[in-house]
Amino acid sequence: MTQPDPVGSSIPIRVRKKTRAYVILTVMLPCSHRATTMRPNDNNVTREHTGRSKAKELTAIRADLCRPDAENAFKVRLSIRTALGDKAYAWDANEEYLFKAMVAFSMRKVPNRETTEISHVLLCNVTQRVSFWFVVTDPSRNHTLPAVEVQSAIRMNRNRINNAFFLNDQTLEFLRIPSTLAPPTDPSVPIWIIIFGVIFCIVLVATMLLIISGIRQHRRKNKGPSEMEDSEDKCENVITIENGIPCDPLDMKGGHINDAFVTEDERLTPL
Amino acid sequence: MARTPGPDQPVDGGGEERPAWDNKLQYLLSCVGFAVGLGNLWRFPYLCQTYGGGAFLIPYIIALAFEGIPLFHIELAVGQRLRRGSIGVWTAISPYLGGMGLGCCTVSFLVSLYYNTVLTWVLWYLLNSFQHPLPWSACPLDLNRTGLVQECRDSSPVSYFWYRRTLNVSADIGDSGPVQWRLLVCLAVSWAVVYLCVIRGIETTGKAIYFTALFPYLVLTVFLVRGLTLPGAMQGLTYLFTPDLRVLQNPRVWLDAATQIFFSLSLALGGHIAFASYNPPRNNCRRDAVSIALVNSMTSLYASIAVFSVLGFKAASDHGRCLDRNILHLINAFDLPEQSVSRDTYTAALARLNASQPAEVAGLPLEACRLEDFLDKSASGTGLAFIVFTEAVLHMPGAPVWAVLFFGMLFSLGLSSMFGNMESIITPLLDLGVMPRRVPKEVLTGLACLLCFFTATCFTLRSGSYWLEIFDQYAAALNLILLAFFEVVGVAYVYGMKRFCDDIAWMTGRRPGFYWRATWKVVSPLLLLTIFLAYVALLASSPPHYKAWNPRYERFPLRQEKPYPGWVLAACVLLSFLPTLWVPVVALGQLLARCRQKTRDPPQDRCPKPRGGRAC
Repeated sequence: MTQPDPVGSSIPIRVRKKTRAYVILTVMLPCSHRATTMRPNDNNVTREHTGRSKAKELTAIRADLCRPDAENAFKVRLSIRTALGDKAYAWDANEEYLFKAMVAFSMRKVPNRETTEISHVLLCNVTQRVSFWFVVTDPSRNHTLPAVEVQSAIRMNRNRINNAFFLNDQTLEFLRIPSTLAPPTDPSVPIWIIIFGVIFCIVLVATMLLIISGIRQHRRKNKGPSEMEDSEDKCENVITIENGIPCDPLDMKGGHINDAFVTEDERLTPL
Repeated sequence: MARTPGPDQPVDGGGEERPAWDNKLQYLLSCVGFAVGLGNLWRFPYLCQTYGGGAFLIPYIIALAFEGIPLFHIELAVGQRLRRGSIGVWTAISPYLGGMGLGCCTVSFLVSLYYNTVLTWVLWYLLNSFQHPLPWSACPLDLNRTGLVQECRDSSPVSYFWYRRTLNVSADIGDSGPVQWRLLVCLAVSWAVVYLCVIRGIETTGKAIYFTALFPYLVLTVFLVRGLTLPGAMQGLTYLFTPDLRVLQNPRVWLDAATQIFFSLSLALGGHIAFASYNPPRNNCRRDAVSIALVNSMTSLYASIAVFSVLGFKAASDHGRCLDRNILHLINAFDLPEQSVSRDTYTAALARLNASQPAEVAGLPLEACRLEDFLDKSASGTGLAFIVFTEAVLHMPGAPVWAVLFFGMLFSLGLSSMFGNMESIITPLLDLGVMPRRVPKEVLTGLACLLCFFTATCFTLRSGSYWLEIFDQYAAALNLILLAFFEVVGVAYVYGMKRFCDDIAWMTGRRPGFYWRATWKVVSPLLLLTIFLAYVALLASSPPHYKAWNPRYERFPLRQEKPYPGWVLAACVLLSFLPTLWVPVVALGQLLARCRQKTRDPPQDRCPKPRGGRAC
């Protein structure tokens, strides 16, 4: 866990300006001699001394660029234990290095920013929550890249950044960078229509079966009484005995009222 | 009638043998299925919780003993003795009371319209439960996919799915909007299933009832076992059943207990009369009445235990999530390590931070998380089934399975009640002989279901749910209470208590005791009259209003209270009184017909009876 360097805030401005110019010069030198390797042994002691003081001044400037609510700075919040539970890893300097690498990688995909290095990404204010602020500086390390560019770069590569840390959009939050929502996964035919079709077909088939069986029963019943009617015609001409009862008193054609049964009148309340 | 030994051969108006139950179990299950309906699940637990838990059982049992069981016994006895549907029965008791049967038939028609619409909604949810994740678990994306739909974000995914994706409800009852085709096709299937089961009357319902009456008990047991093993279930149950005897001083409690037992047993609809008319004449209807009423009440209790164990789980998990949100705010604001504050140490941590940095703590959007507040969030009716319970199911492991079971149970509960409703319409029509004899029964039931389907399409409009509330409140309640009052008075005073007791003695082998006669003659009519007057006073005390779902309301997601427009109020009044108007209309008609008869024919001791059996 790196602590913010308090030195930068105490240096007077005039001195800062001088050192900045100095820094540019010293930085430009290694670039022009890229073919030759930079061996620390090549530097004499005075150069080392100036190098160390330059490093301090560098960190001082970077602390100025990266602070909470700075311009073009973004706050990141990780919830590692929530996401991974027992398999949670500790957040240390190596993880920060990976984070810087992922951000630099995302920036390199933006046109005109292909020269972004890991050292251009500055982290500060790392807390136990695991939250921190970061900025991306330009190669001159003077000023930070505009927030819009950083935002679009992160959004394009959000998935890869998440995967590098085994997290997702909710557990690796970039505040002020909205995540692109996943498109809805609608199946081509909604499921409810399928189930509806199945139930409807079953009900239709069952109803048809019942109606058809009802019609068949009805036909069978109609055939039965018609046979009975033929024998009744015979009854009319000849007094035959059916089951010990003469046909005549039965009077099949006159309705089915059984006179032996209780009459309607007695059932009614007398008015 | 008491003099004759009684009919040996069951004969109905058509002369053919009257259909009969295959066995006693079918009859009992049909009556139980008709009585046990959606109200047992979503009305009784709500009343229990609102009115002081266990203390509510006292007015409930009193109402059951003095109103529910006596009325139920009358219906079964009258149907079994006179072997007709409701129209035939009341015409047989007295031609002046014939209007009661027509009133019962009309109320049954209105009730079956909106009851099956509720089943349509249940079917829609059932069809949507066969997927993971459930469609009401997350908000859909808006049109340009930058965020969630505004309406869903402001309310909740569950409410959004109910009000927008299911009902597509309009903001005003006057704004009818087009017919929702999704609901229309579900309505068609719903009525097709009802038709399939009642196509041949009790011949087919008797087979279907084995499943539809028993399946809900199976699912309730599964939910009970699952619910009791969920965390937070015991808190829900203790909260539900902790008695608070002070509520008994509130007259509203007694009114609600009485109306609950009345509607729970599905009295005065004519369904029980129809079912009992298919019984053999010598059947112990008194024992049936008492046992079915007790089964109905036991089912209500059983269902409320299952429902409240699940709701207790929901309250506990909501409370836990509320605490988690507060903890996250604290951790993010003060950059504390993850999981350094747990739910148990939250209050201590908050106190500590408040002492050291009160200004920052005050700036945080912390919610007040009290378990009692979450337990208090009760709901009844469609709110319980489609919003609260569906949300509870989301958090149970294996959510689609529980959703399918729950909505399957609701569908079969409602379906078994629909059988009773349809029988109370079809049996009187069959007895009246509205169709020529050679037309098979399937055609009559088909026409009845088709007519109901076309009329019920008005509930699939965008304002359909508002109309359903109107039907539920005005068409059913007042009419049923009045009709029940006329029933008791008709049997006790017009038919004659002595004759009725003789009939029951013939059917069951024992004369009804003092309890029965006292309740029929005095207690039940008085109770019913009191309930009717109290209900009318309650409805008249506040101007009728409804709660609209209006996304443009400034206090959205709260529902906006709007008064009914004039034409809707007129419809409410019509619905409240038209079915009962049959009673005086038919009585007057009979009186006029008799006066005309008397003036036309010279007065005689006994008129000659025409073959059709019509008395003069």
